Amino acid sequence: MDLAPTEAQQMLRHSIERFVAEHYDSAARRRAMQAPEGFKRDNWRRFAELGWLGLPFAEQVGGFGGGPPEVAILMEELGRGLATEPYLSTVLLGGALIAECGSEEQQGTLLPAIMNGERLLSFAHYETDARAGLSAVRTMVRSEDQGWTLHGRKIAVLDATSADVHLVSARLPDQQGRDLALFLVPKDAAGVRLREAPRLGGGRVAELIFEQVRLPANARLGTSADVLPAIEAVVDRAIAALGAEAAGMMRAMFDATLAYTKVRNQFGRPLAANQVIRHRLADMYIQCEEAQAMAARAALLIGNEANATERSLVASGAKVKIGRAARYVAEQAVQLHGAMGVTDELDLGFYFKRLLVFEALFGSVDFHLQRHAALFGNSCPE
Amino acid sequence: MSLSLTPDELRFRDEVRAFIAAHLSPESRRASFLNVSFFSDPDIVAPWQKALHERGWVAPGWPHEHGGPGWSAAQRWIFESECARAGAPQLSPMGIKMVGPVLMRFGTTEQKKFYLPRILSGEDRWCQGYSEPGSGSDLASLKTRAVRRGERYVVNGTKIWTTHAHFANRMFALVRTSDEPRQQDGISFLLIDMKSPGITIRPIMMISGDHDVNQVFFDDVEVPLANLVGEEGRGWTYGKYLLEFERGGGVNSPKLKYALEKVRLLANSDLSCHAISRPEIATKLSEIELDLQTLEFAELKVLSALQRGDNPGPVSSILKLRASEVHQAITRVGVEIVGQNALVEETRRPLHALDDEPLIPEDVLSAVPRHLNGRANTIFGGSSEIQRDIIARQVLGL
Repeated sequence: MDLAPTEAQQMLRHSIERFVAEHYDSAARRRAMQAPEGFKRDNWRRFAELGWLGLPFAEQVGGFGGGPPEVAILMEELGRGLATEPYLSTVLLGGALIAECGSEEQQGTLLPAIMNGERLLSFAHYETDARAGLSAVRTMVRSEDQGWTLHGRKIAVLDATSADVHLVSARLPDQQGRDLALFLVPKDAAGVRLREAPRLGGGRVAELIFEQVRLPANARLGTSADVLPAIEAVVDRAIAALGAEAAGMMRAMFDATLAYTKVRNQFGRPLAANQVIRHRLADMYIQCEEAQAMAARAALLIGNEANATERSLVASGAKVKIGRAARYVAEQAVQLHGAMGVTDELDLGFYFKRLLVFEALFGSVDFHLQRHAALFGNSCPE
Repeated sequence: MSLSLTPDELRFRDEVRAFIAAHLSPESRRASFLNVSFFSDPDIVAPWQKALHERGWVAPGWPHEHGGPGWSAAQRWIFESECARAGAPQLSPMGIKMVGPVLMRFGTTEQKKFYLPRILSGEDRWCQGYSEPGSGSDLASLKTRAVRRGERYVVNGTKIWTTHAHFANRMFALVRTSDEPRQQDGISFLLIDMKSPGITIRPIMMISGDHDVNQVFFDDVEVPLANLVGEEGRGWTYGKYLLEFERGGGVNSPKLKYALEKVRLLANSDLSCHAISRPEIATKLSEIELDLQTLEFAELKVLSALQRGDNPGPVSSILKLRASEVHQAITRVGVEIVGQNALVEETRRPLHALDDEPLIPEDVLSAVPRHLNGRANTIFGGSSEIQRDIIARQVLGL
């Protein structure tokens, strides 16, 4: 039992901290917002050179062999700097699904291309609403002429704008429509239509429409009859990683608020001289600490996949705890900045929006509270 | 970083489990559960303390040289976790966790030799003389005065909220020995024999019906000079050292996990008509569980820092604040779980030895008084508001 970070983990954190401090100031953030892809390709190349794109992949496939704790460190620091690079889409979702479900050949060609930064991915899964859960997929795929035909529509696809390949979930009709499969769809395949927009707080988001898209036989990821459990596992791990990212964003908002209340004078004294403000800051600080602790805890426990229920409890628990803490810190940060807090002149608004994105992704706080309560209630002692 | 126990730690855990299985009786566990106050009555604690004493395990945090087991931070955690998990009675912290560490750090050789063994054996029972009617959160304004007369101090004044003064034979007290420009500088730390002439105790009944606390009056009470701890006028420093122990030196999450487990058990039984099946109860239990997981992780982080010889920093205020809130949330949902059975007011004590069968089962009966007593948790040991002041000042540098 030891919760102190290892030396390697400390080094990892320092190198990310340095990179974020150098590359993610306010001006850079505003430039990234204007970039057509929502981020800077130079940064992505540096991510590859620094080994971050291979962080969670096994050493056998050329990865760094890190686990969720290392990913959490990376995400927390990227969150602090509000990075918009498609790390979630390409590495934590797309790459993880390929590592989880892909054939040896698919892994052998795709993972190295992901790790060296050449190939970007998107995960096209949701169709209606995250509240419907991960199984609500109606996009269909037919087996035809030694290949596949894909038809359907996906919403809220992160980073589809820059993706070379979309990882698309669809139902196989020959199994009474129950079985879910994943397909690798090149961005320029005929019949793929992309409608995209800026994403709240930075990055891009899209709708993807697939109209009778013809795909080769090897476009199917692996052969397993049902990929839903794999998707659930990957999304649970992504939720834990996003929790760490949110904790980093919260910390940045808190630091800015603490600094501001020390220098903003009203009634002849700094705001932070008032007890009501001091106590608010103490509560915000506690929420930041708790979010970080919960993210670290989730990272330590989520790697253990022997038990899907335990894994889901960890992911949903992290979402609830960190989601609530994030909401409190974000709202109070704006409040304590006064009218400045609701202007676009500060970066606070970017953070506020990105924390809204955290809340909305993969199911709301209430969705996960109910999921947790159902699983936790079932484990009640008798 | 790892949450799993090492093979050595697992062996130690099994050793503790075996000890508990051999020495903790079902009657003790029941009496301990039905003891709804923060402190267990001495007769509940006595057999358990005796068994622990024979094994040398009364004071997990004490080093070998003072009769403790000399455990590492991880061993202490495991021991506290196993005791909590088994529902063992809680030994009074006032000797073991409060005055004991102060004496080890600041006491004379004679004081250590005399008092420390008597804390371990249970021969001495201590109470804490800090708060006064006019000095609660503003403790440093205290007025109980000790005047030097020859070889003695003569003490006059009053202390309040004195837990277990009616069981204690000794009190450690903060008293004013001089008037200084900075009021903290005139305070001394004194050990007082509760059998001394001039001491009277007035019981204060709590809204739950429990008698835990008292007001203690000092009327020309004579205390030998040898009962001064450390230097005269430095008592505030010693008292603060003790308070930090009271707030963060201990571990709270194992006890809270046990408390949550007990309310979940109740929620999943006929006694509450399976309240757990109601979504509003189930989601509340989840919320508490998540707060508790976070608290546990924070406590384990402190433990890791201690284990490596690092200073965990001024986090004890955060841990005290959150632990008290989690505790209150558990007792509050406990009342919701028992539903209309909360209408029964039972003020007779002790609950484990009522002379007739109560109207409702005892597990249900204990929920309301436990909740009522729980309200004190965010008030004693420095209220939540004081903890926030400390966080703002010491952690945020405001």
